[in-house]
Amino acid sequence: MIEVKDLRRSFGPVTAVDGISFNVEKGQVLGLLGPNGAGKTTAMRMLACFIRPDKGTATVCGHDILKDPVRVRQSIGYLAESAPSYSEMTVGSFLGFICDVRKIKGAARKRALDRVVPTCSIESVYHQTIETLSKGYKRRVGLAQALIHDPAVLIWDEPTDGLDPNQKHEVRRLITAMSEEKCIIISTHILEEVEAICTRCIIVARGKILVDSTPQKLKDENKCSLDEVFRRITKHTGRS
Amino acid sequence: MNSFLAVFKRELKSYFTTPLAYVFLFIFLVLSGFLTFQKGFYEARQADMTRFFMNMPLLFVGMASATSMRLWAEERKVGSVELLFTLPITIREAVLGKLCAAWVFLSIALALTFPMVITVFYLGSPDVGVIVTGYIGTWLMVGAFLAIGCFFSALTKNQVISVVLSSVACGILVLLGMPTTLNYLAGFLPMGLVNAVEMMSMRTHFESIQRGVLTFGDLSYFAILIAGWTAACVVVLDERKAS
Repeated sequence: MIEVKDLRRSFGPVTAVDGISFNVEKGQVLGLLGPNGAGKTTAMRMLACFIRPDKGTATVCGHDILKDPVRVRQSIGYLAESAPSYSEMTVGSFLGFICDVRKIKGAARKRALDRVVPTCSIESVYHQTIETLSKGYKRRVGLAQALIHDPAVLIWDEPTDGLDPNQKHEVRRLITAMSEEKCIIISTHILEEVEAICTRCIIVARGKILVDSTPQKLKDENKCSLDEVFRRITKHTGRS
Repeated sequence: MNSFLAVFKRELKSYFTTPLAYVFLFIFLVLSGFLTFQKGFYEARQADMTRFFMNMPLLFVGMASATSMRLWAEERKVGSVELLFTLPITIREAVLGKLCAAWVFLSIALALTFPMVITVFYLGSPDVGVIVTGYIGTWLMVGAFLAIGCFFSALTKNQVISVVLSSVACGILVLLGMPTTLNYLAGFLPMGLVNAVEMMSMRTHFESIQRGVLTFGDLSYFAILIAGWTAACVVVLDERKAS
């Protein structure tokens, strides 16, 4: 469902993503791992058509990110790292705006809201303005926004960041529950999360793919914990 | 509903969810009334709105820059631009949606000056055509100011820089046509160039509309300004949205 071909992007002298290629199929949960500044966010932003690659391209559900960005965005549920939203709006009117843009109306809108609001447990804050919410609730609103159109592809940048342990567990359960129907890419720094939910993991550093494997295989091959594997692989690659 | 309307609706609503809009409207209405009477509305003993419209260019330089400064600068600063442009929406739709919302907001401000019209009609029998073209000219000028402001707002994340740049740019367009500026320029520039400068000034076209005549030249001047600055805004935003 996602095909990435030699994607490159640099910002001035810094090459954030340096020629990465991979495919993700329906039913896979891909964990994108890597040290800070490895290029995870840039890669995800390119897939969500927020920034354009310098070279290479990718297709999402058969739509090219360069030629047909609007179609790509229609099929993606994207959650950015900071879970941005419009702070002066209430949760309800914010989700209403997302429905407007995504052309979900009438009965379909009611169904969509009835589905995502309980899923993300935001019933209690539905009429509150977003700026009064805690970080965890803001992120849940972000999740709701990314799920409201029931997309085939989910691209979530650190979805559990800022959530309490219970909520983290909930989100992981949500991802596992959806994984059969969808194609999911998440980035994270929490390696237990990768073990718990990802069927595949890619470790990137300095914009390049170092490892493309499954969490189980990595552990078996190296005969140590995923933490240890991650440290060994990325030890000499941090930006300094 | 298409994406343009969704952005337009959200943006217009957002003006009225904060006290900002009301503060703006209040200041504008007080100033527009005050300046009209201060310029000798009664003393002139004429039932027309010349003294009301002559304040509009400078008043709206401030108003429009202040309205448009947050359009993109704020969006980029708080990062919601990443949300907006990962939704199925094109940059052009988003820019036009925001610009139109700001334009409608200032049109509301302009419409709220209706007591002035009532006053003039109560006091005498003014020329309706001149008042109508006066409002049309002001409305077009507001659109042009907002397009300029929208461009500068996309250029920087800092709202203060945005408001300063756009009010300077709008101010220059207005002041270029002042007789003092033109006389000064005539001192060392050939007459052809001075005329060209005069034709580029918003004041020239605004005043020509104020006289009650809508010419193709004046209308296209504003249309080109609005289209040009909006197109530039789309280009700049496409380049800078992620930086």
